[in-house]
Amino acid sequence: MASLGLGLVARRFGVELDPRVEAVERLLPGINDGGCGYPSCSQFARAVVEREAPVTGCVAGGEATALALAELMGVEAVLGEKKVAVVLCKGGKEESTTKFTYRGVEDCKAAVIISGGDKACPYGCLGLGTCKRVCPFDAVVISENGLSTIDSERCTGCGICVKECPKGIIQLVHIGKRVNILCHSKEKGSEVRKKCKVGCIACEACVRVCPFEAISMEGDLAVLDHERCRVCGLCISRCPTQAIEARDGPFPQVEIIPDKCTGCGICSMVCPVDAIEGEKKEVHVVSEERCIGCSLCIDRCPTEAICMRAPGDSALRLASP
Amino acid sequence: MHEGSRRFRFEVSFPMTRLYFFQGGVHPSELKISQDTPIEELKIPDRIVVPLSQHIGAPCEATVAPGDRVRKGDRVGQATGFVSVNVHAPISGVVKSIGIFPHPIGRPLPAVEIESDGEDAWTDKLKPHEKYMDLPPETLKEIIRDMGVVGMGGAAFPTHVKFSPPKERPIDTLIINGAECEPYLTADHRLMLEEPENIIAGSQIAMRILGVDRGIIAIESNKPDAIDKMKGLTEDIPVLEVVALRVRYPQGAEKQLIKTLLNREVPSSGGLPMDVGVIVQNVGTLSAIYKAVRFGIPLIERITTVTGSGVREPKNLRVRIGTPIEVLIEACGGFTSDVGKVIMGGPMMGVSQYSLEVPVVKGTSGIVVQLLSEVEEGSAQPCIRCGSCVRACPARLMPTVLGVFAQLDMFEEAERYDVVECIECGCCDYVCPAKIPLVQLLRYAKAEILTRKKAA
Amino acid sequence: MDDRQLILSSSPHIHSGESTPRIMYSVGVTLIPAMFMGVYLFGFRALVVVLVSVVAGMATEAITQRIMGRKATIADGSAMVTGILLALNLPPTVPWWLVVVGSAIAIVIGKQIYGGLGYNPFNPALVARVILLISFPVQMTTWVKPGPLFSRTIDAVTTATPLGEMKTHLMVKGTLEGFAMGDLWDPFVGNIGGCIGETSVIALLIGAGFLLYRGYITWHIPVTFVGTVFILSGLFWLINPDRYMNPVFHILTGGLMLGAFYMATDMVTSPITNRGMMVFGVGCGVITMIIRLFGGYPEGVSYSILLMNAATPLIDRYTRPTTFGWREVSPR
Repeated sequence: MASLGLGLVARRFGVELDPRVEAVERLLPGINDGGCGYPSCSQFARAVVEREAPVTGCVAGGEATALALAELMGVEAVLGEKKVAVVLCKGGKEESTTKFTYRGVEDCKAAVIISGGDKACPYGCLGLGTCKRVCPFDAVVISENGLSTIDSERCTGCGICVKECPKGIIQLVHIGKRVNILCHSKEKGSEVRKKCKVGCIACEACVRVCPFEAISMEGDLAVLDHERCRVCGLCISRCPTQAIEARDGPFPQVEIIPDKCTGCGICSMVCPVDAIEGEKKEVHVVSEERCIGCSLCIDRCPTEAICMRAPGDSALRLASP
Repeated sequence: MHEGSRRFRFEVSFPMTRLYFFQGGVHPSELKISQDTPIEELKIPDRIVVPLSQHIGAPCEATVAPGDRVRKGDRVGQATGFVSVNVHAPISGVVKSIGIFPHPIGRPLPAVEIESDGEDAWTDKLKPHEKYMDLPPETLKEIIRDMGVVGMGGAAFPTHVKFSPPKERPIDTLIINGAECEPYLTADHRLMLEEPENIIAGSQIAMRILGVDRGIIAIESNKPDAIDKMKGLTEDIPVLEVVALRVRYPQGAEKQLIKTLLNREVPSSGGLPMDVGVIVQNVGTLSAIYKAVRFGIPLIERITTVTGSGVREPKNLRVRIGTPIEVLIEACGGFTSDVGKVIMGGPMMGVSQYSLEVPVVKGTSGIVVQLLSEVEEGSAQPCIRCGSCVRACPARLMPTVLGVFAQLDMFEEAERYDVVECIECGCCDYVCPAKIPLVQLLRYAKAEILTRKKAA
Repeated sequence: MDDRQLILSSSPHIHSGESTPRIMYSVGVTLIPAMFMGVYLFGFRALVVVLVSVVAGMATEAITQRIMGRKATIADGSAMVTGILLALNLPPTVPWWLVVVGSAIAIVIGKQIYGGLGYNPFNPALVARVILLISFPVQMTTWVKPGPLFSRTIDAVTTATPLGEMKTHLMVKGTLEGFAMGDLWDPFVGNIGGCIGETSVIALLIGAGFLLYRGYITWHIPVTFVGTVFILSGLFWLINPDRYMNPVFHILTGGLMLGAFYMATDMVTSPITNRGMMVFGVGCGVITMIIRLFGGYPEGVSYSILLMNAATPLIDRYTRPTTFGWREVSPR
């Protein structure tokens, strides 16, 4: 009797569902992080099937999910580069001063209620772990030094931490853009110096050294334009407070195509680290040990004889000062 | 100091009226160590910083520039908008700068820095009124606004706004708040003992503005001398009556006071005392009203209790607005020993400060200095669901439930459980055996809800 | 980088001084009269049961927390209280190994698997007692006749609890006629068969009086629990005094006082609102009487409390106090 009743009810009140929605949903990570803009994975799945959301919409699922969804829906996936979150502060307990001793809830958003948090610098990371708490991928590490750092392997660029950080100092950058200015303080350089050993003091050394004009000053803060940045790392060595850092990852280098090289020597002249050698009218050679992949030579070579090489080892080589 | 006993004695002077109590509340040690210390005039400091934002509402705009000479009582900041009041120079001297200075709220804010010329000379622009009771209510309100009068019980709400309820909200009673329920604070107590005539005159002005013929002076029963004083002076004034209240924190909170005296509950969801026909004013504010109307003196000074185990000689000081608190502490003999906290306000709702440079503002009723040994140590333990917070909450909320919602970011549920009705009195935190930072969690939830509402 | 900075925190900056350990140890102290009577009436073996229960409980908690990687919290006194309460709910003749097993069950299954103090939905001591009752029915229902300390013979005489005797009499004779309840002073002082702590009503009331004075328990649960039992048993007794015992008998026996004042009032597992506590008390009373009168067991306090523990979150939800000044506008 009961089963009969159930069957009737199911038939009468059943909701028609496109079977593809379930198939799509199965390909999603299923954590409802909201990075796609929809409150739940099932709603995103429905949107994909109804062609309202792109198959690349699931940030957390990344490339793999986008390709799988594209195959299922029979469309092309236009892939962009993965974005990761970066905390723009490296002033931990060692490097920065505090205004007072804080006692209370161990959470940045709650701590900010108490006079903006205990850090002397109003733009500094409080290190109490709000970002860690909200990250669905466990990609945040709070160090002993009281600083938050994000593991780019685990980070999917969903952007939740960016929204939740009460100081607003987390930024999303493309994973390939590994150089970041880890300071967000808009205070005058002299003030910053009093409060933090590794903050931006607006000396503008980085602005001057950048061969691609990728750094500009916004008031008393150096800001990096990631579109222009070629990840050469010259700025890192110039910054007197070491406020600029690079994430680990494959670094580019250049190589000279022997057939095209006319031995004009322009590349050797423009190279900021003297990594190219060669006699006049002879094929020039790029030194693997010294090349930092800034690609200035590529820009200047009149015969287009230089190109980017396949990625090498993991650490970014710094130009020696 | 146990909270178990629910029975209290109280004296009532209402003949045939039953007094109702608000539910909840706590009874911390009263520690009124400075209650017998007469008000002492603090020597004016060399330098004064007058914040342009000392009240609820829009901050002032500076009306002076560096280098200007100012005299005591000159306006230095202009009100912007209706919910705003002027600020005035509390001393005579030269404007040193207009800049960002430490502020008791916790972050630096714009202020006018004045260097004293040592003369303490009055401006000649004062406008006294001998026959002030002949003035129409509108004029009286304008004077109050121009003279920068705000609520001096701590909240600093512009008084002229409070006196302007819409026509749909008729007022029948003025409550004169002399409860001073926070431990340690005795400023209002001393004011009632030493300047009761000002308070009564101010009350009469207020009642004229509001058009009410009933004023209740509410004083907690731990101030018997003040009760007697005020009773004596109001014997011949039929519209004013003095009521002694049982000592229970937060008896002096507006909503709780109205409940106790008149058994009316101010409605939730943004309700105000005017919704139940009542206006509540602190005794200090009323004294300031009188001075403003009768003598044309703007709000440039107040009584502040400097107390706690951390100061050598607790005192009730008459200070000029803008005096850095380090001057006050020095006048009280300085610190006794290792200082833990410097609190502006009372120990239950005050704001702990990190800089001794912060100035006294219009709402600074007290400064409590706690020794390091008195500061609560230890981290929060799990909630044991004892229900003490539920029983202590004067707003009849369930703080432990709201605390859990806050921790789990469940803001919709928190709103449904009326977290916005929390008056942040601190009773829940005070009784919690697990030492859970309930007030901070609830403030966090309230802030989040407000932010989300604004974003929507 | 501190050098003598001021401390900042949210208000309030003072505290009542109440703490979880203080509450727990106070409860322990209030149980001393009951423990004393238990030893006086049933001998030193009762003391052994209490000590074994407490030690086993605290040891289990320390070990469990170490295994689970949690902070050790045995200093907060809650394991001690659970140990004492469990012991008071056991017959004085139980073998020591049963006490150890019971105590471990109370801590692990009654508390730690839910996350530790504050997270358990059921009263840990009662969880253990019920599991022991089901697993070792013989040992858990073997009672001895009490006798003043130092005056007993070596071999204690087995007996039944008053409720047990009553039920047997009823079953055998079909009526209560001839059942002598005896002096009411006996159950009041504790001179009856039963668990170590449940027999002496006066000892329990002395302890409970102190708890009420300190505000650690309120009158709501005990009064409604005992009151409901009194009223319901009274009703049935009035209808048919041949089948149903009088209400005074019911409230003085069967561990009701221990249950109403110490077990049902356990903070973690009972409602937090006053109205909720009264609903809880009434519910416990009703279920206790149903079990006593119509159920297979002679006594139902433990089961009724556990069942009502399950309803506590629901009760809390529906007995929310009305917010100050609440009006229709506020979304509910």
